[in-house]
Amino acid sequence: MSSFLAGFTWLLVFQCAGEALVRLAGWPIPGPVAGMALLFAALLLRKQAPDAMTVAAGGLGQHLSLLFVPAGVGVMMYIGQVTDEWLPILAAVVVSTVLAIAATALTFAWLAQRQGRMRSRERQ
Amino acid sequence: MSAQPLFELWVYLAATPLAGLTLTLVAYSVAWWCYLRTGMHPVANPVMISVCLIVAVLWASGTRYQTYFDGAQFVHFLLGPAVVGLAVPLAREWGSVRKLALPIAGALVVGSTVALVATVVLAHALGATPATLLSLAPKSVTAPIAMGIAQKIGGVPALAAVFAVTTGVIGAALGKYVLDACRVRDWRARGFALGMAAHGIGTARAFQVNAEAGTYASLAFALHGFIAAVLFPLGYALLVRNT
Repeated sequence: MSSFLAGFTWLLVFQCAGEALVRLAGWPIPGPVAGMALLFAALLLRKQAPDAMTVAAGGLGQHLSLLFVPAGVGVMMYIGQVTDEWLPILAAVVVSTVLAIAATALTFAWLAQRQGRMRSRERQ
Repeated sequence: MSAQPLFELWVYLAATPLAGLTLTLVAYSVAWWCYLRTGMHPVANPVMISVCLIVAVLWASGTRYQTYFDGAQFVHFLLGPAVVGLAVPLAREWGSVRKLALPIAGALVVGSTVALVATVVLAHALGATPATLLSLAPKSVTAPIAMGIAQKIGGVPALAAVFAVTTGVIGAALGKYVLDACRVRDWRARGFALGMAAHGIGTARAFQVNAEAGTYASLAFALHGFIAAVLFPLGYALLVRNT
Protein backbone atom coordinates (compact mmCIF):
# COMPACT_ATOMS: atom_id res chain seq x y z
CA MET A 1 0.00 0.00 0.00
CA SER A 2 1.32 3.46 -0.79
CA SER A 3 2.44 5.38 2.25
CA PHE A 4 -0.13 8.16 1.75
CA LEU A 5 -2.97 5.67 1.63
CA ALA A 6 -1.69 3.81 4.71
CA GLY A 7 -1.33 7.05 6.66
CA PHE A 8 -4.75 8.29 5.55
CA THR A 9 -6.30 5.00 6.64
CA TRP A 10 -4.81 5.43 10.11
CA LEU A 11 -6.20 8.96 10.35
CA LEU A 12 -9.68 7.64 9.50
CA VAL A 13 -9.33 4.81 12.02
CA PHE A 14 -8.45 7.30 14.77
CA GLN A 15 -11.31 9.56 13.69
CA CYS A 16 -13.72 6.63 13.96
CA ALA A 17 -12.33 5.74 17.38
CA GLY A 18 -12.78 9.38 18.46
CA GLU A 19 -16.39 9.45 17.19
CA ALA A 20 -17.14 6.19 18.99
CA LEU A 21 -15.58 7.45 22.22
CA VAL A 22 -17.56 10.72 22.37
CA ARG A 23 -20.85 8.99 21.47
CA LEU A 24 -20.41 6.22 24.03
CA ALA A 25 -19.21 8.56 26.78
CA GLY A 26 -21.77 11.27 25.86
CA TRP A 27 -19.10 14.00 25.81
CA PRO A 28 -19.98 17.28 24.10
CA ILE A 29 -16.69 17.45 22.13
CA PRO A 30 -16.54 16.73 18.37
CA GLY A 31 -15.28 13.30 17.25
CA PRO A 32 -12.24 14.49 15.23
CA VAL A 33 -10.91 16.40 18.27
CA ALA A 34 -11.18 13.27 20.42
CA GLY A 35 -9.53 11.34 17.57
CA MET A 36 -6.67 13.82 17.58
CA ALA A 37 -6.22 13.35 21.34
CA LEU A 38 -6.17 9.56 20.92
CA LEU A 39 -3.64 9.73 18.08
CA PHE A 40 -1.53 12.14 20.10
CA ALA A 41 -1.48 9.73 23.07
CA ALA A 42 -0.62 6.82 20.74
CA LEU A 43 2.24 8.76 19.13
CA LEU A 44 3.73 9.70 22.51
CA LEU A 45 3.75 6.04 23.53
CA ARG A 46 5.37 5.09 20.25
CA LYS A 47 7.98 7.88 20.53
CA GLN A 48 8.01 8.55 16.76
CA ALA A 49 5.32 8.89 14.10
CA PRO A 50 5.49 6.32 11.26
CA ASP A 51 6.52 7.89 7.94
CA ALA A 52 3.20 7.05 6.32
CA MET A 53 1.35 9.06 8.95
CA THR A 54 3.69 12.03 8.57
CA VAL A 55 3.12 11.99 4.80
CA ALA A 56 -0.68 11.83 5.07
CA ALA A 57 -1.00 14.41 7.85
CA GLY A 58 1.45 16.71 6.07
CA GLY A 59 -0.45 16.40 2.78
CA LEU A 60 -3.76 17.34 4.41
CA GLY A 61 -2.16 20.03 6.56
CA GLN A 62 -0.49 21.69 3.61
CA HIS A 63 -3.82 22.62 2.08
CA LEU A 64 -5.81 22.96 5.27
CA SER A 65 -7.28 26.22 3.98
CA LEU A 66 -8.92 24.42 1.00
CA LEU A 67 -11.00 22.34 3.42
CA PHE A 68 -12.74 25.44 4.83
CA VAL A 69 -13.96 26.64 1.43
CA PRO A 70 -17.25 24.65 1.22
CA ALA A 71 -18.35 25.90 4.68
CA GLY A 72 -17.37 29.45 3.71
CA VAL A 73 -19.52 29.36 0.57
CA GLY A 74 -22.47 28.84 2.95
CA VAL A 75 -22.42 32.62 3.43
CA MET A 76 -24.66 32.86 0.33
CA MET A 77 -27.55 31.23 2.20
CA TYR A 78 -27.44 33.84 4.96
CA ILE A 79 -26.66 36.87 2.87
CA GLY A 80 -29.91 38.56 4.00
CA GLN A 81 -29.22 38.13 7.71
CA VAL A 82 -25.57 39.09 7.27
CA THR A 83 -26.35 42.32 5.37
CA ASP A 84 -29.15 43.26 7.82
CA GLU A 85 -26.79 42.99 10.76
CA TRP A 86 -23.55 43.86 9.01
CA LEU A 87 -22.40 46.40 11.61
CA PRO A 88 -22.51 44.22 14.77
CA ILE A 89 -21.14 41.24 12.84
CA LEU A 90 -18.25 43.10 11.22
CA ALA A 91 -17.35 45.00 14.40
CA ALA A 92 -17.49 41.87 16.58
CA VAL A 93 -15.43 39.79 14.15
CA VAL A 94 -12.73 42.36 13.36
CA VAL A 95 -12.29 43.96 16.79
CA SER A 96 -12.43 40.75 18.83
CA THR A 97 -10.04 38.97 16.45
CA VAL A 98 -7.50 41.81 16.60
CA LEU A 99 -7.79 41.99 20.41
CA ALA A 100 -7.53 38.22 20.79
CA ILE A 101 -4.40 38.01 18.60
CA ALA A 102 -2.72 40.85 20.51
CA ALA A 103 -3.69 39.54 23.97
CA THR A 104 -2.65 35.96 23.19
CA ALA A 105 0.71 36.88 21.66
CA LEU A 106 1.63 39.37 24.39
CA THR A 107 0.67 36.96 27.20
CA PHE A 108 2.61 34.10 25.58
CA ALA A 109 5.71 36.20 24.88
CA TRP A 110 5.69 37.78 28.36
CA LEU A 111 5.33 34.45 30.21
CA ALA A 112 7.91 32.71 27.98
CA GLN A 113 10.41 35.50 28.62
CA ARG A 114 9.78 35.46 32.39
CA GLN A 115 10.16 31.69 32.47
CA GLY A 116 13.39 31.89 30.46
CA ARG A 117 14.83 34.46 32.87
CA MET A 118 13.88 32.37 35.91
CA ARG A 119 15.45 29.23 34.43
CA SER A 120 18.73 30.98 33.59
CA ARG A 121 18.82 32.44 37.13
CA GLU A 122 18.39 28.96 38.60
CA ARG A 123 21.31 27.71 36.58
CA GLN A 124 23.69 30.38 37.90
CA MET B 1 -24.79 25.40 -33.07
CA SER B 2 -27.85 25.92 -30.93
CA ALA B 3 -27.59 26.51 -27.20
CA GLN B 4 -29.96 23.64 -26.36
CA PRO B 5 -27.41 20.76 -26.13
CA LEU B 6 -25.06 22.95 -24.10
CA PHE B 7 -27.87 23.87 -21.73
CA GLU B 8 -28.79 20.21 -21.30
CA LEU B 9 -25.17 19.37 -20.63
CA TRP B 10 -25.08 22.07 -17.95
CA VAL B 11 -28.28 20.81 -16.34
CA TYR B 12 -26.81 17.31 -16.26
CA LEU B 13 -23.43 18.38 -14.84
CA ALA B 14 -24.89 20.76 -12.28
CA ALA B 15 -26.99 17.94 -10.85
CA THR B 16 -24.01 15.62 -10.23
CA PRO B 17 -21.52 16.02 -7.38
CA LEU B 18 -18.78 16.36 -10.01
CA ALA B 19 -19.59 20.01 -10.75
CA GLY B 20 -19.43 21.22 -7.14
CA LEU B 21 -16.24 19.30 -6.45
CA THR B 22 -14.52 20.49 -9.62
CA LEU B 23 -15.63 24.08 -9.05
CA THR B 24 -14.16 24.01 -5.52
CA LEU B 25 -10.78 22.70 -6.68
CA VAL B 26 -10.57 24.96 -9.74
CA ALA B 27 -11.49 28.06 -7.69
CA TYR B 28 -8.93 27.09 -5.05
CA SER B 29 -6.22 26.61 -7.71
CA VAL B 30 -6.94 30.08 -9.09
CA ALA B 31 -6.94 31.54 -5.56
CA TRP B 32 -3.69 29.74 -4.71
CA TRP B 33 -2.09 31.12 -7.89
CA CYS B 34 -3.16 34.67 -6.91
CA TYR B 35 -1.80 34.10 -3.39
CA LEU B 36 1.60 32.98 -4.76
CA ARG B 37 1.70 35.79 -7.30
CA THR B 38 1.33 38.36 -4.48
CA GLY B 39 4.21 36.69 -2.61
CA MET B 40 1.75 35.11 -0.12
CA HIS B 41 0.42 38.50 0.89
CA PRO B 42 -1.82 37.95 3.96
CA VAL B 43 -4.69 39.97 2.48
CA ALA B 44 -4.83 37.76 -0.66
CA ASN B 45 -6.16 34.91 1.51
CA PRO B 46 -6.89 31.83 -0.64
CA VAL B 47 -10.05 30.91 1.32
CA MET B 48 -11.54 34.35 0.78
CA ILE B 49 -10.72 34.44 -2.95
CA SER B 50 -12.07 30.89 -3.49
CA VAL B 51 -15.33 31.66 -1.66
CA CYS B 52 -15.85 34.87 -3.68
CA LEU B 53 -15.22 33.05 -6.98
CA ILE B 54 -17.53 30.15 -6.13
CA VAL B 55 -20.36 32.37 -4.86
CA ALA B 56 -20.09 34.44 -8.07
CA VAL B 57 -20.33 31.31 -10.27
CA LEU B 58 -23.24 29.85 -8.27
CA TRP B 59 -25.12 33.12 -8.42
CA ALA B 60 -24.52 33.63 -12.12
CA SER B 61 -25.73 30.10 -12.89
CA GLY B 62 -28.61 30.17 -10.40
CA THR B 63 -27.31 27.08 -8.56
CA ARG B 64 -28.45 26.46 -4.98
CA TYR B 65 -25.95 26.02 -2.15
CA GLN B 66 -27.34 22.57 -1.38
CA THR B 67 -26.65 21.40 -4.96
CA TYR B 68 -23.12 22.79 -4.77
CA PHE B 69 -22.53 21.18 -1.38
CA ASP B 70 -23.50 17.73 -2.71
CA GLY B 71 -20.16 17.83 -4.52
CA ALA B 72 -18.16 20.03 -2.15
CA GLN B 73 -18.95 17.78 0.83
CA PHE B 74 -16.10 15.49 -0.23
CA VAL B 75 -13.66 18.33 0.45
CA HIS B 76 -15.54 19.36 3.60
CA PHE B 77 -15.35 15.77 4.87
CA LEU B 78 -11.52 15.87 4.82
CA LEU B 79 -11.59 18.41 7.67
CA GLY B 80 -12.08 15.48 10.06
CA PRO B 81 -8.93 13.49 9.18
CA ALA B 82 -7.01 16.78 8.83
CA VAL B 83 -7.88 17.70 12.43
CA VAL B 84 -6.85 14.20 13.59
CA GLY B 85 -3.57 14.60 11.67
CA LEU B 86 -2.65 17.73 13.63
CA ALA B 87 -1.54 15.34 16.39
CA VAL B 88 1.52 14.46 14.25
CA PRO B 89 3.41 17.81 14.36
CA LEU B 90 2.26 18.21 17.93
CA ALA B 91 3.75 14.87 19.03
CA ARG B 92 6.95 15.62 17.12
CA GLU B 93 7.47 18.94 18.90
CA TRP B 94 6.21 17.72 22.27
CA GLY B 95 9.65 17.92 23.86
CA SER B 96 9.87 21.69 23.36
CA VAL B 97 6.13 22.34 23.82
CA ARG B 98 6.14 20.70 27.27
CA LYS B 99 8.67 23.16 28.64
CA LEU B 100 6.35 26.01 27.73
CA ALA B 101 3.32 24.75 29.66
CA LEU B 102 2.97 27.99 31.62
CA PRO B 103 3.00 30.44 28.64
CA ILE B 104 0.68 28.06 26.76
CA ALA B 105 -1.85 27.82 29.60
CA GLY B 106 -1.72 31.56 30.29
CA ALA B 107 -2.14 32.55 26.65
CA LEU B 108 -4.96 30.04 26.25
CA VAL B 109 -6.97 31.44 29.17
CA VAL B 110 -6.36 35.11 28.29
CA GLY B 111 -6.87 34.64 24.53
CA SER B 112 -10.09 32.64 24.68
CA THR B 113 -11.61 34.96 27.30
CA VAL B 114 -10.75 38.10 25.30
CA ALA B 115 -12.12 36.57 22.07
CA LEU B 116 -15.41 35.54 23.67
CA VAL B 117 -16.04 38.63 25.84
CA ALA B 118 -15.15 41.12 23.10
CA THR B 119 -17.42 39.32 20.62
CA VAL B 120 -20.46 39.08 22.89
CA VAL B 121 -20.14 42.61 24.32
CA LEU B 122 -19.66 44.29 20.92
CA ALA B 123 -22.35 42.31 19.10
CA HIS B 124 -24.82 42.92 21.95
CA ALA B 125 -24.00 46.65 22.19
CA LEU B 126 -24.48 47.11 18.44
CA GLY B 127 -27.85 45.36 18.46
CA ALA B 128 -27.27 41.86 17.07
CA THR B 129 -30.29 39.54 17.29
CA PRO B 130 -30.00 36.60 19.74
CA ALA B 131 -29.61 34.05 16.92
CA THR B 132 -26.73 36.04 15.42
CA LEU B 133 -25.14 36.63 18.82
CA LEU B 134 -25.20 32.94 19.77
CA SER B 135 -23.81 31.96 16.35
CA LEU B 136 -21.04 34.57 16.68
CA ALA B 137 -19.94 33.51 20.18
CA PRO B 138 -17.84 30.47 19.11
CA LYS B 139 -16.40 32.18 16.01
CA SER B 140 -12.72 31.86 17.06
CA VAL B 141 -13.10 28.09 17.26
CA THR B 142 -12.66 25.95 14.15
CA ALA B 143 -15.78 25.62 11.94
CA PRO B 144 -16.77 22.01 12.74
CA ILE B 145 -16.50 22.65 16.51
CA ALA B 146 -18.17 26.08 16.26
CA MET B 147 -21.13 24.39 14.53
CA GLY B 148 -21.46 21.87 17.35
CA ILE B 149 -21.26 24.59 20.01
CA ALA B 150 -23.80 26.84 18.24
CA GLN B 151 -26.22 23.93 18.08
CA LYS B 152 -25.84 23.27 21.82
CA ILE B 153 -26.37 26.91 22.87
CA GLY B 154 -29.21 27.77 20.48
CA GLY B 155 -27.42 29.46 17.57
CA VAL B 156 -27.59 28.50 13.88
CA PRO B 157 -24.85 25.91 13.05
CA ALA B 158 -24.42 26.89 9.38
CA LEU B 159 -24.22 30.57 10.30
CA ALA B 160 -21.64 29.74 12.99
CA ALA B 161 -19.53 27.99 10.33
CA VAL B 162 -19.71 31.09 8.13
CA PHE B 163 -18.66 33.36 11.01
CA ALA B 164 -15.83 30.99 11.95
CA VAL B 165 -14.49 30.99 8.37
CA THR B 166 -14.82 34.80 8.18
CA THR B 167 -12.94 35.14 11.47
CA GLY B 168 -10.21 32.81 10.22
CA VAL B 169 -9.78 34.81 7.02
CA ILE B 170 -9.69 38.14 8.88
CA GLY B 171 -7.27 36.82 11.50
CA ALA B 172 -4.96 35.38 8.83
CA ALA B 173 -5.10 38.66 6.89
CA LEU B 174 -4.58 41.07 9.82
CA GLY B 175 -2.43 38.89 12.12
CA LYS B 176 0.92 40.01 10.73
CA TYR B 177 0.07 43.70 11.21
CA VAL B 178 -1.30 43.25 14.74
CA LEU B 179 1.72 41.17 15.78
CA ASP B 180 4.17 43.64 14.24
CA ALA B 181 2.40 46.52 16.02
CA CYS B 182 2.68 44.61 19.33
CA ARG B 183 6.39 44.00 18.58
CA VAL B 184 6.09 40.27 19.22
CA ARG B 185 8.94 38.62 17.28
CA ASP B 186 8.92 35.18 18.91
CA TRP B 187 7.61 32.76 16.22
CA ARG B 188 6.07 30.56 18.89
CA ALA B 189 4.01 33.43 20.31
CA ARG B 190 3.05 34.67 16.81
CA GLY B 191 1.92 31.22 15.72
CA PHE B 192 0.06 30.51 18.95
CA ALA B 193 -1.88 33.78 18.62
CA LEU B 194 -2.89 33.00 15.03
CA GLY B 195 -4.12 29.50 15.87
CA MET B 196 -5.91 30.82 18.94
CA ALA B 197 -7.87 33.63 17.27
CA ALA B 198 -8.11 32.35 13.69
CA HIS B 199 -8.17 28.53 14.18
CA GLY B 200 -7.41 26.36 11.10
CA ILE B 201 -7.16 29.21 8.60
CA GLY B 202 -4.74 31.06 10.88
CA THR B 203 -2.83 27.78 11.36
CA ALA B 204 -2.60 27.27 7.59
CA ARG B 205 -1.24 30.81 7.26
CA ALA B 206 1.27 30.23 10.11
CA PHE B 207 2.58 27.02 8.46
CA GLN B 208 3.08 28.94 5.21
CA VAL B 209 5.20 31.56 6.98
CA ASN B 210 7.26 29.51 9.46
CA ALA B 211 7.25 25.84 10.53
CA GLU B 212 7.67 26.60 14.24
CA ALA B 213 4.85 29.16 14.11
CA GLY B 214 2.71 26.50 12.41
CA THR B 215 3.32 23.94 15.14
CA TYR B 216 2.35 26.38 17.90
CA ALA B 217 -0.64 27.53 15.85
CA SER B 218 -1.93 23.97 15.55
CA LEU B 219 -1.39 23.51 19.28
CA ALA B 220 -3.44 26.64 20.07
CA PHE B 221 -6.10 25.70 17.52
CA ALA B 222 -6.48 22.21 19.02
CA LEU B 223 -6.44 23.33 22.67
CA HIS B 224 -8.89 26.16 22.01
CA GLY B 225 -11.24 23.78 20.18
CA PHE B 226 -10.99 21.32 23.03
CA ILE B 227 -11.69 23.68 25.92
CA ALA B 228 -14.35 25.63 24.00
CA ALA B 229 -16.21 22.44 23.09
CA VAL B 230 -16.36 21.51 26.78
CA LEU B 231 -16.74 24.93 28.47
CA PHE B 232 -19.09 26.84 26.12
CA PRO B 233 -22.13 24.57 26.56
CA LEU B 234 -21.46 24.27 30.32
CA GLY B 235 -21.00 28.02 30.77
CA TYR B 236 -24.12 28.76 28.75
CA ALA B 237 -26.19 26.31 30.82
CA LEU B 238 -25.04 28.02 34.04
CA LEU B 239 -25.74 31.47 32.60
CA VAL B 240 -29.26 30.54 31.53
CA ARG B 241 -30.07 28.94 34.87
CA ASN B 242 -28.96 32.00 36.81
CA THR B 243 -30.87 34.61 34.79
